[in-house]
Amino acid sequence: MRARRRAETRTVVTGVIGADCHIVGNRILQMALEEAGFKVVPLGIMVSQEEFVKAAVETDAAAILVSSLYGQGELDCQGLRDKFEEAGLGRIHLVVGGNLVVGKQEWDEVERRFLAMGFNRAYPPGVDLRRVIDELRRDLGGPARDG
Amino acid sequence: MGDRDLWLFIDFGSTFTKVVAVDPATETIRARVQAPTTVATDITEGLGAALRALEREVGTGATYARKLACSSAAGGLRMVTVGLVPELTSEAARLAALGAGAKVVGTFSYKLPASDLARIKDLGPDLILLAGGTDGGNEEVILHNARGLAELDLAAPLIVAGNRVVADEAAAILRAGGKEPVVADNVMPEFGRLSVEPVRERIREIFISHIVKAKGLQAAERFVEGIVMPTPNAVLNAAVLLADGCPGEPGLGELVVLDVGGATTDVHSVARGAPTDAGVVVKGLQEPYAKRTVEGDLGVRYNLWNVVEAMGGAPHAFRAIAERFARDVATTPQTAEEAAVDAALATVAVGQAMRRHAGSVEVFYSAQGPISVVRGKDLRGVSVILGTGGPLVFSPRREAILRQACYDPAEQASLRPVDPRLYIDSAYTMFAFGLLGELDAKLAVRMLKRYCRPMDEGTGHGR
Ligand code: B12
Repeated sequence: MRARRRAETRTVVTGVIGADCHIVGNRILQMALEEAGFKVVPLGIMVSQEEFVKAAVETDAAAILVSSLYGQGELDCQGLRDKFEEAGLGRIHLVVGGNLVVGKQEWDEVERRFLAMGFNRAYPPGVDLRRVIDELRRDLGGPARDG
Repeated sequence: MGDRDLWLFIDFGSTFTKVVAVDPATETIRARVQAPTTVATDITEGLGAALRALEREVGTGATYARKLACSSAAGGLRMVTVGLVPELTSEAARLAALGAGAKVVGTFSYKLPASDLARIKDLGPDLILLAGGTDGGNEEVILHNARGLAELDLAAPLIVAGNRVVADEAAAILRAGGKEPVVADNVMPEFGRLSVEPVRERIREIFISHIVKAKGLQAAERFVEGIVMPTPNAVLNAAVLLADGCPGEPGLGELVVLDVGGATTDVHSVARGAPTDAGVVVKGLQEPYAKRTVEGDLGVRYNLWNVVEAMGGAPHAFRAIAERFARDVATTPQTAEEAAVDAALATVAVGQAMRRHAGSVEVFYSAQGPISVVRGKDLRGVSVILGTGGPLVFSPRREAILRQACYDPAEQASLRPVDPRLYIDSAYTMFAFGLLGELDAKLAVRMLKRYCRPMDEGTGHGR
């Protein structure tokens, strides 16, 4: 079973959480991930926490990449890790990025809050997606496609 | 009589065995007769009675070149479906089974605990559909469930239609347990995308090869060429033929069929159901183009009290008649009062069934204005609604009943057809045309168009 698994590309889920309608950045992220060889399950905009969990269960996703652009990310993301715990996927890799908070706030502080919430990685606005993907590969370990 | 060759189409229904004689040369229905179904003793007794009635109508000289049948006798095709997430592969499996004309007696999700397995055994289905996981997705749950089902003391055949990476492995587990599994393409190969056609095909094959015999219906096959599909499948076939037509014979376009029966109300929509409005957010599964739903709690005889409850109660005189209907389920209305009660029940059943079948829209208010989120099929643009089933076809109030399936401005969230033309299956022979489609699709489309009549016709103010 494990051997056959290796031949499959790894699946990741993307989506814009909450009542957020900003789709452009999320699509760019999706394209970058596909370019890098990931199988992407794109949930689009206005994705609830439950939708992320259900998609991950069914597709056996290795990671979830959550976008939040409209400033309410902190509220929308609270409890997401717990929902995965509940569904038996407590160890899933959670990443968040976009414009996570309103106004000018110290990034280190923002990052600390999202990591405390249970995310494995949080990224500031304007992050280079190549860095995001490199770190995702490293974090997931196992069969990196191109070494 | 020196009669031409006729084609016979037979429906072994739960209550009646119906026989329709079609004259392919003149493209007309020569006769439609029925007799009570005799599944408890010998299915051919009821068939014999129906055929004698037929002979009285068409004379003794007729010869029957083709004879095809469908069946919903002996409980219909009773299926259990198993998936992973309720809204995802479980729902996909359920929709696939319904589309194949099955009666879904149980739907299960996630890893089946011992209590669910015991429940499945109690349900004693004719066929089990095992799904779970997108292709390349979750492997663990479908394998776990295959192990559970393999050990179950149940003879029903199984279809495995889940994550294709482990489908063969799941089938091998079942085979090791002495089961007869068949592998089909995944009902949800990719997240959110349904693929129900391959499973529908497998279900039909198993219906022909196993179910007919298991239900003691094979005696009928001495007379007919074959019992080739469950009755609801024949009706859905007819609906698809009428909507899409076939090469050289155009159909009516996207449509909805309401089939009101004694035990259930079926809704078939043959429509893409894409959102009519621009800029809405679409959520949930992308539902099948030819979608069937069954409201097992909405019948006008067996489940009549559920319908009365949905009406919010009923006056005494109404109840007295309803009680008679519930007692004698084969009863047809004899008086004006009885017809009124029958129509009232059908009206509520149609409204409820259509509300559940159609998609919905929910409006959220965001900082920059309202956002509409659509789930399920948007049927507002559908231009044809067709009514079938005894309680509808024979009711003097059939038009008013069918109106309940339409969009209601007071209930904008329910995406039902806004301005459809209402049609009736005038001879109550939809199933026969669905079977006819197996022999000659073009003829079936033409006859459907001839016998499914617009209700406004002849009133002088048709549109
Ligand atoms: C276009 C736009 C809109 C459009 C969106 C159209 C659409 N369907 O996409 C409309 C007009 C609808 C809109 C509405 C609103 N918007 Co607006 N919008 C913008 C704008 C101008 C551009 C967004 C964009 O597409 N950028 C281009 C893409 C490529 O960049 P991006 O989205 O940032 O994504 C990149 C990164 O963030 C990152 N990324 C994204 N997701 C993820 C996820 C992960 C895991 C990682 C690692 C990285 C990552 O990768 C992407 C590619 O580099 C921005 C301002 C700006 N210049 O960014 C405001 C902006 C995002 N909007 C804003 C606001 C406040 C709103 C409204 C609330 C305004 C209102 N009061 O009505 C509404 C909210 C509506 C809703 N329910 O979502 C604010 C958000 C403030 C905040 N977060 O602090 C912004 C920043 C403007 C501002 N400076 O005030 N908006």
